[in-house]
Amino acid sequence: MNAYFDMPSDLQHSYLGLIGLHLREALLPVLFGLVVALPVAQLCVRFKWLYSPVLWVTTVLYAIPSLAFFVVLIDYTGATETTVMIPLTVYSLVLLVPAIVDGVRSVSPDTMAAATAMGFGPVQRYLKVQLPIAVPAIFAGLRLAAVSSISLVSVGTLIGNQGALGNLLADGQFYHRTPLIVTSVVTTALLAILVDGLLVLIQTLLTPWAPRGGKSAGKGAGKSGRPSLLRRRTTSAAREPEPAAARAALEDAVR
Amino acid sequence: MNVLNFINDFFSDSANWHGTTGIPHRLLEHVEYSLLALLISAVIGLPIGLFAGHAGRGGYALAAFSTAARALPSFGLLVLMTVWLGEIGTTPAMIPLVALAVAPILVTSYEAIRSVDPAPVDAARGMGMSSAAVLFQVEIPAALPLILSGLRSAAIQVVSTATIAAYIGLGGLGRYIIDGLAQHTYGKVVGGATLVAGLAIVTIGVFYLVERLAVSPGVRRGR
Repeated sequence: MNAYFDMPSDLQHSYLGLIGLHLREALLPVLFGLVVALPVAQLCVRFKWLYSPVLWVTTVLYAIPSLAFFVVLIDYTGATETTVMIPLTVYSLVLLVPAIVDGVRSVSPDTMAAATAMGFGPVQRYLKVQLPIAVPAIFAGLRLAAVSSISLVSVGTLIGNQGALGNLLADGQFYHRTPLIVTSVVTTALLAILVDGLLVLIQTLLTPWAPRGGKSAGKGAGKSGRPSLLRRRTTSAAREPEPAAARAALEDAVR
Repeated sequence: MNVLNFINDFFSDSANWHGTTGIPHRLLEHVEYSLLALLISAVIGLPIGLFAGHAGRGGYALAAFSTAARALPSFGLLVLMTVWLGEIGTTPAMIPLVALAVAPILVTSYEAIRSVDPAPVDAARGMGMSSAAVLFQVEIPAALPLILSGLRSAAIQVVSTATIAAYIGLGGLGRYIIDGLAQHTYGKVVGGATLVAGLAIVTIGVFYLVERLAVSPGVRRGR
């Protein structure tokens, strides 16, 4: 086992330390991305003409390879964690904005009218009606962002050991210790699956009204009981198939 | 401004336009890797996704599989494959690229078939069409826009990620980024990144054209 878990001393971290570092470098950007994406998405919902250019910009940003992004940033922020976290924030933003916009837009006008009739102001309506209904869509985006972020942190090893678990890849090659590489890949993948599962759990807790996958399938509640891979309910009322967040972004971008 | 100057220097240097290290050659290599990876992923992902969607089975299995595929770190997998397989041709680079692209293709094609309006599907069955005919003549044409969007999403990710192939000594536009990093010539890095982003935009354009040509006008109007 030691071949797998003996960390080379140049990393200055234990195995668990690297995991903590990896999670911080991967998930803080997703959090920042969410904080920035919420107002941006709201602007896009409010001013419809804004959405298309925003999608174009985000699509182009998303196409920039992470390594190139890192290297360019070295000039400004040095070979630090920040350099890794800025591009990851941008990628998260790119995935989250269309997810939130889709989610908020999917709130039916009837629901909005009901909220208004109950005396909700715009802010209350946003916080108490639109956001909760958009939770499944937002979480679809969050899950994509978190998983890709966890995977991309590893690339940071190329800009001077800023890749947390990814640093094991470089060290594994340098010291000819293949087990370290296996440890890095397996741990990163497990972290991604774990965080993904955690997000699903949080989503379930946040949307107690949503039908539970297992139960609803048993009841066979018509079409809405179908398992949806995109974590959206495909009700017969929704004429338009609702594509996943990332896909919607790219799809809308070309229109 | 800094970055723009780098881009300008990179593209105006005529040495960057000739020979095997020139932009046209690297671009071609990059397109080659991306197309190959996309092709392999489509050959794996499309049939499984389409048939599972048609049968309405295996949704949870596909979701679990695609979550696992997405969780695999592309760069880590590349290094691991290089160590295990050796630097033999493009195989070590293809494995992470296919792992990356297969998930969106699988999930989207499954979901695309599932979200086809059931009325025409029932009508087709009622007319006595066989199961295969329903899939190929009704469901796939109706689901084509979504299926294509899954392929496009996969293609963009592959184009962007194919840069890592340069890390294991292969060509492609990643060469500029990896070499630029090693030589501390940021102009190269920025130029390479610009080319990759440009290629991704061209990819979006190509898919737009394919959609215009392949999707039946009736389906397009309905959306």
